[in-house]
Formats: sequence, C-alpha cells, structure tokens
Amino acid sequence: MVESKTPRRKRQASGVSRRKALAGLGGVAAGVAVSGVLPRFVRYAQAQNSAPIKIGFQVHRTGIGAAYGRWYDRTTTAAAQFINDSGGINGRPVEIIAEDDGTDPKRGAEVVEKFATQHGADVAFGTLFSHVVIGSAPRAGELKIPYFVVSEGHHVASGILNRYTLQPGITDVKSQVQSMAPWVASNLGKKVTMIFPDFAFGHDHRDYFSAAMAAQGGEVIGKIAIPPTESSFTKYFPQIPSGTDVLYHVMVGPGVLTFVKEMGEFFGANRPGIFGFIDSLEAVSIDSPGLEFLEGSYFWEGNPRYAQAKSPEFDGFYRAKVGVDGNGASVNDAKEVSTYSHMFGCWETLHTIKQGMEAAGYQGPGDRAKLIEAVEAISNIEASQAHPQGAKLFNGKTHQVFGHQFISQVGNGKLNVVHRTAIEDGFYKDEVDYTSQPF
Amino acid sequence: MDFGPYLLLATMEGAVGAAVLALTALGLSLVFGVMRIVNVAHGAFFMLGAIVAWWVADTLNAGPALNFLAALVISPLAVGAVAISAERSVLRRLNYNPESTIVATIGLLYVIEQVALMTFGPDARPVVAPLDFRVQLPWFGYSGYKLLVIGASIVLMLVVWWGLTRTRIGLMMRATQFDRETARAFAIPVDRVYGGVFAFGAMLAAIGAVLVVPIQQAHYLMGNDPLLLSFIVVIIGGLGSLRGTVLAAVIIGLSDGIISVFFSPTLAKIIATLIVAMILVIRPKGLFGTQSA
Repeated sequence: MVESKTPRRKRQASGVSRRKALAGLGGVAAGVAVSGVLPRFVRYAQAQNSAPIKIGFQVHRTGIGAAYGRWYDRTTTAAAQFINDSGGINGRPVEIIAEDDGTDPKRGAEVVEKFATQHGADVAFGTLFSHVVIGSAPRAGELKIPYFVVSEGHHVASGILNRYTLQPGITDVKSQVQSMAPWVASNLGKKVTMIFPDFAFGHDHRDYFSAAMAAQGGEVIGKIAIPPTESSFTKYFPQIPSGTDVLYHVMVGPGVLTFVKEMGEFFGANRPGIFGFIDSLEAVSIDSPGLEFLEGSYFWEGNPRYAQAKSPEFDGFYRAKVGVDGNGASVNDAKEVSTYSHMFGCWETLHTIKQGMEAAGYQGPGDRAKLIEAVEAISNIEASQAHPQGAKLFNGKTHQVFGHQFISQVGNGKLNVVHRTAIEDGFYKDEVDYTSQPF
Repeated sequence: MDFGPYLLLATMEGAVGAAVLALTALGLSLVFGVMRIVNVAHGAFFMLGAIVAWWVADTLNAGPALNFLAALVISPLAVGAVAISAERSVLRRLNYNPESTIVATIGLLYVIEQVALMTFGPDARPVVAPLDFRVQLPWFGYSGYKLLVIGASIVLMLVVWWGLTRTRIGLMMRATQFDRETARAFAIPVDRVYGGVFAFGAMLAAIGAVLVVPIQQAHYLMGNDPLLLSFIVVIIGGLGSLRGTVLAAVIIGLSDGIISVFFSPTLAKIIATLIVAMILVIRPKGLFGTQSA
C-alpha cells in the first residue's frame, strides 16, 4: 500500500503531465517539419555556402603526450578562429572536431575511423607522437581520408606510410639533425654520446644524427636508449663513455625535468658540452630550479621560444593569436610554458589545408584525391601570417616540408638564438614518390 | 665507469627505490593483512600524495624547507581523508567482499586519476627538495637529498613498527588481523579499525610519494609503477606479514635498482615478475606469509 502511494506523489510533484509532454513534443516536431520544408534549390545553395568543412583533430589529450596536446589544441582553435574570421575556406566555415587518442597507437587508429565514418570529417589532422602516427596512418589510407600529421617523425618521407598521409606543416627529424650536425661538429666537438627515447622518434635521431655526424668527420661513440615512460635517469649516466665531447639529448614525456636535474647532480661542474633538442624542455620553464646546470648549453629549436630582437616578422602576430607572451608562456599564466617549437605546425598545416582546398575547388569528400594532388603541387611557401615560423619548401613527392632550424644558447634564464640554418641544410635524397602511387 | 663505482651507484639508486617502495608496500600490506582486501587504487593514493604535496608547496610559497615539511604533514592527512570517504561510501557497502573490492578499487583508481588529470593537468610538475646539496664522490656526484630519503624511510618504518607493537591502537589492528570475530567479541570497533587501517595504508603511500616527489616530479600517471612493484613486494613478502613486506621491498628495490643500472629497467621488471611466479610455485605463502595468496 505504501509503495503504490509514492509513485503517484512523485508524478504530481514533477508538474509535467503526460498531456503537456505530448503537446510539447508535437510542437517541436511540427517546427522541425516546417523548417525542413524549403524549396529544394535554396537548401542546396545553403549546403554549398555554409555547411562547414569538418576537420577531424586527433589530439593527445591524455597519455604521455598530454602537455603537447593541450597546446596543439589551443593553437588549432586559434588557427580555425583566424581562418573563419578571414572568411573560411571558399566561404565555408571550418569546424574542428577533436577526439582524444590517449597518445596510444591503437586508439589513434580508432579515432581516424571515427572521423571518417561517424563524424563525416573531410580530413583528419594533428597527430604528434610518432608511434601513434605509424599506428593510425594505415587506417587513414584504408579509409581514404587525407591525414595531415604534425609529427616531426621521418616516417612520412620514408615511404612506409601512404599517399593519404602528409606532413606539410613541420619539418622531420632527419632534416633537423642533418642541419645541426655541421654546427655541432665545428662548435662543440666531434665525439658525441646520444641519449634518446626508445621509440620511433628517438630511433630517427639515433640513426640520422649518427650518419650526419659521420659525414662531418665526427663519431657517435655512445647511444643510450631510454624507455619513454622512465622516471629516473641516474642509472643511465654511468653508461656515457669517457672521452665524450658532446652530450646530445632529446627526451620526451613527463620525466624530462628530472632528467636534466639528475644530469646536473651526476656531473656537477665537470660536464661535457651539451646539445639538446628543446623537446627535452617543451612546456617546462628554463628557469625551473635544478636547471641552472643548463646555463651555457645549446638547444635546437623549431621556433624560438623567446621573442628575439630579430624574430621572424609574423611571430608577434602569431603569439598574440595563440595567447603566448614574449617568454613563450601563456598570457594567462606566466608559469605555463608552451610547446612553442612544435605547435606552429598545427597553425601552418591548417593553412595549408585551406590552400589546398581552395586550389582544388574542394566541395566534399568526393574531392579528397583532388585535395591531395593540390597539396602535392605546393612547393615554395612564403613566410606570412599563415606561416609565421618562416619560409618553407614542400616536397610533393615525399609529402614532407622543409624549413629553417634554430640553435639557441641558454643564458640568464632565456634562450638566445645563435644560429639559423638555411632550408637547404636539411635536404636529403627523396626516398619515395607518393605521387606515383594510386589513390 | 669502473665496476666498483658503477656498483656503488647502482646500490645507492636501488636503496632509494627500496626505501620508497618499502613505505608504499607497507601500506598495501597493512590493508590486505587486516582487511583481507586488495586495494588496486593504492597507486592512485600514492599519486594523490605527490600532487597534494606539489599543491601545498605551490600555495604556501614559504621556501623549500618549510614547503616540504608542510607537505609532509598535510598531504598524508588529505589522502587519508580521501581514503576514509572512499572506504565509507564504497567499500563498506560492498561488505569488503574480495572480488567486489577489486573491481571497486579499479573504478576508484580511474576516478582519482582522471580527476587529477582534469584539475592538476597532464604536466609533470616539480617540487623543490628541502635541502639542495650534492655529495661529490671521486667518480660521480650524487644528490644529498636522495640519501636523506633513505634515512627518513628507515625512521618512518621504525615509527610504524613502534606504533603497531607498542600502542593500543596497534594492538587493536593486530587483533583484528588475527581474528576478526573474536576481536569484535572483545568490543574492538572492527568497522572503525577497518576505516582507520585503510586510511593509514593510503597515508603511508602518500608519505612515500611526498618523499619521492622532489626526486621525480608529480605526474598524474606516476602511481602505476609503484602499484605494480608494491603488489610484487607484498606477494613475495607474504600476505599478512609486515616483516616479510619490508624484507621483500629491500630485496626487490635493490635488485630492481642494480639490474636497471647494469642492464635495463625492462629486464629488471621481468626478473621481478619471474621471482614472484617462482615464489608462488615454491612457497605459495611468500617468504613469511601467514595466508596463501
């Protein structure tokens, strides 16, 4: 008896009777029907002019790439906003559909599938970590969706991927290390020990820098591979051979600050020359406690974190758009340092997608092959608001772009650019011709 | 580097790892010994301890030494509070059923990890060590703070041992572990002891994390490795035996450290897991176990 009373009381308390609910639903349905009843040609014209271009953004929101993912996200959002404010692509607005891949290759492939099948995205873009790219790109090739990665890995240009995968916004490791080797050999020393993460990106560094150093008359005398999830590094330093002139480090993942601190504790003042890739310290402040050890050491930068007296022309504009100050930190929180050497790749890749779509007269997923051909036809890229990192050269056959690299020295808690390479310093022979492959 | 100094460095690294592992595993072992449940969220409490420590240091801003001391006090208390609320709201309702608690604590692990990701973020953030000095040996330098961690861990374990064997509360815990029904017959508030033990286990993990956070950094995924190693240690040491846990922690910590230095960390983990398998075959109760695994 008590139980039957409660439901009745609840129904009255909610205040919406069945009749009201049905009436409301009927009203909504009628409204939808009315708005759908438009003359056919007007609807078609609407689809033509205002249906958004859907770009699937594969982002590392969680996992070891999460720090990069956050800044990739902000840069992508800012770039899409800028593109839309400037009229969109062929008058159509850009819509970014973001999905987290957890910095996991398997999840990455699932995300690509989701973009192609569930979301109906026109293209997919944004992946950074190389093992995720290698795990996801084959699926993009199977589903025939253009896949623009922002990864730095050499895997695109090596030919192991497919014609649907392109990297037009960021240079690759082989090109980067090749342009570093001459400067390192002549300024720091010829005997190098390399410390790198034990996965595709780190292997690229190991293989290509060894070759590049040998070409300069130098030698890599030690190669220390560290698991990307490692949290304690002291155990690796005894493996560094004595006689090392230069310690070359490129570390990724959450342990990088610990890596540098422990390096300082191990060596003290008695340290070899140090050349690192800023990847070791992306999203980490140079003046963090324990990093005094790095004073005077050198870093490769893809895009100088600290605004220089001679910064590229459009750097200030770009910084304002993505919300980064002159020290490379967020304008809202000076302690939140950006991944400045990588995130420009998102901004520039989106602009390249725009350029390709406009050149191809892109209408919809049926034009994906035309889009890829249009991007493959791009070669010289001028520095501009669309390409604030600097001028570039895109190789349509290998799907890889080439650009300037920077070498900076740590001084007084800042990074000061001491050398800027020429684009040609990073050239290497083509290893693949994707344009000869069928779609 | 010559073999001697190399071995010395390996041993020092292993000792630091063993020190932190001993504290963390002790917490897990207490929880299992008294409550007979497996707490898969133990690593999450460890991580929470580190994150709260970072937050205390960041908010207080009173210099490294005071920041650290405050963190050492506040962090275990905060994590203990989280543990008690989890125990009250989840575990007690499940009646401490073994299978259900495993599933429930896995869920707890996910919740804590994701909340940490949403609030603290994906970065690893450093905490400055309270004392920053370098010990210079003839062959290499070493962090003085790491040596302090070993000492602090020994002191803390002695305190825990003293508390368990010489105080009334410790007596109640040991009685509940020995025989729950009889303890209840002797008017020991078993439910409260359970809550207290769960909280205390989490607090030990948190203290271990506070000690380690100036060496590594606070990161939302940092609880996974300590969880794995703690399980290995507790199983090898023997479920229900605290002495076994500490001994196993020393063995596993040192071997993990030494093998990692000379070979690779992956090999060290493989060997540790193989040891677990062998011990379970030869001696299912572990080194000093009182119940089977």
